[in-house]
Amino acid sequence: MCLAIPAEVTKLLPDEMAVVSIDGVTKEISVALIEDLAVGDYVIIHVGYALTKIDPDEVRRTLELLRELSTEGQGAMQ
Amino acid sequence: MKYADEFRDKAIALGLARAIRSEANPQRSYRFMEFCGGHTHAISRYGLEDILPKNVRMIHGPGCPVCVLPAGRIDMAIRLADRPEVILCVYGDLMRVPGSQGASLLKAKARGADVRMVYSTVDAIRIAEENPEQEVVFFAIGFETTTPPTAILIRRAEKKQLENFSVVCNHVRTPPAMQNILESPDTRSIRRVEIDGFVGPAHVSIIIGTEPYEVFAEEFGKPVVISGFEPLDMMQAILMLVRQVNENRNEVENQYSRAVTRDGNPRAKEEVSNIFELRDQFEWRGLGLVPYSGLKLKQTYARFDAEVRFALNELRVPDNPACECGAILRGVKKPVDCKLFGTVCTPETPVGSCMVSSEGACAAHWTYGRFRDRQQKRAS
Ligand code: SF4
Repeated sequence: MCLAIPAEVTKLLPDEMAVVSIDGVTKEISVALIEDLAVGDYVIIHVGYALTKIDPDEVRRTLELLRELSTEGQGAMQ
Repeated sequence: MKYADEFRDKAIALGLARAIRSEANPQRSYRFMEFCGGHTHAISRYGLEDILPKNVRMIHGPGCPVCVLPAGRIDMAIRLADRPEVILCVYGDLMRVPGSQGASLLKAKARGADVRMVYSTVDAIRIAEENPEQEVVFFAIGFETTTPPTAILIRRAEKKQLENFSVVCNHVRTPPAMQNILESPDTRSIRRVEIDGFVGPAHVSIIIGTEPYEVFAEEFGKPVVISGFEPLDMMQAILMLVRQVNENRNEVENQYSRAVTRDGNPRAKEEVSNIFELRDQFEWRGLGLVPYSGLKLKQTYARFDAEVRFALNELRVPDNPACECGAILRGVKKPVDCKLFGTVCTPETPVGSCMVSSEGACAAHWTYGRFRDRQQKRAS
C-alpha cells in the first residue's frame, strides 16, 4: 500500500481536489497537502493524495548522474 | 509513465551494477537494510539481487505497515466490525491480514459484518455522510506517508460536524523502529542483524524530510541513503552506500532529490501535529513494544477517537508459533527459512502478515523470487 505513482495535474477542483492523468487515465485526488499547485505539474500520489510535486530540474540532474555512473561502471570493467 | 520509465532503463541498471561490482571491496561484505516495503517489492520485482555482486547483500526491513500491525489490533478491528451499528472502512491490504486463530476482516465480512475497502480517506467521509444512522469507523494504518491523509480526514470530519464518524489510529513512525533494530539486545532469542547502512524510505521521507535520519549517521555511525522506488534509484543508492562504507563516511545522503528535501513537506507535518500526539509505546509485529513509535489522536479530538468512543482495548495475542515473520521483519531470517513458506502459507492463505501485502517480504518473494530460487538451484 506504500506504492505511489507520478501523475500530471490536468485540472484544479474546489475543496482541495484536482484531476490528474496517469498515462491517459484520469483520476480525482486530494491536493490538500500541496502548496502552489498548477496544471501541468507532476505530483506523487499515494492513497488518493498528492504527497509532493516532482522537481523536473532534479529529475534531469539525477538522470544525467545515473548515465555518468553507469558509463563509469562500463569503463571500469573493460 | 513519465518520471517512472526513465528510471527503469535496463542498460543503465547493468552499468550501475558494474560500477558497484568494481567499487565494492571483494575482501569484505556489505549488508544494507532497505527499511521500506516499497523497496523490498522493487528488489524482488526487478530482480536487483541477481545483478548485485555476492558480497553486497540486501536485508529486508520492517517497513510494511500491514506486516507490522500486531494480531491484537486486527482482532480489535474485527470486534468493531462485528458490532451491528458499525461500518468499518479499511485500506484493501488489511482484509486478509490474519488476527488470532486465523480470523480476518475478509472472513468477518463474509459472515455479514459491514467492512468496506476504501482507496482514499475521502471515500470514508463520503460513506459517513451517506449513512447517518450508522457509526462509520476508519481503521487507519500506515507510516508517515499515510498519516497526513488521516489528519486531513479528521480535520474535515470536524468541519462537517460529522457525529457518526471516528478513527482507530494505528499510524507508526519509521525512525523509532530503525533505532529499535539497531539497539535490540543481541540474545539468542532475539538475534540482532548486522547492518552496514540503510536505504532510507522514499515516500516517508517526502513527508518527514531527511533530517530525522541524521541521528543514525551521527550517533549510530550508519550511513543512510534516501532512495526512490524505481530500480535505477535503488542501484544508485546502493552505489552511494558502498562508497560511504569504503570511505568510512557516515552521512545522510539523498538520492531521491526530485521529491525529498531535508525538511520534508511542511504542510503535511503541520496537519499531522495538529491532530496527533505520540503514544508512549506501540506494539509492532516482530519488534514488540517500541517506545514513541505510534501516534494517537489528541485529547481535543477524542470524540473522533474510536478507541475512546467504543472503549476498545487491545489484547496482546501471540502469533502462529511456526510463522517466522518476527525474525523476517528484523532482517534476521529470510522467507525461505520458514517451514510454512509456499506450502501452508501463500498469498491466498496467509498464515503471517508478511505474506499479505505485496510489500511484505514473504509475498514479494513468493510472487517474484521463488522462480529465481528454482533457476539458481538448477544452475548450480
Ligand atoms: S511464509 Fe507465512 S508463516 Fe512463514 S514467515 Fe512468511 S508469513 Fe509467516
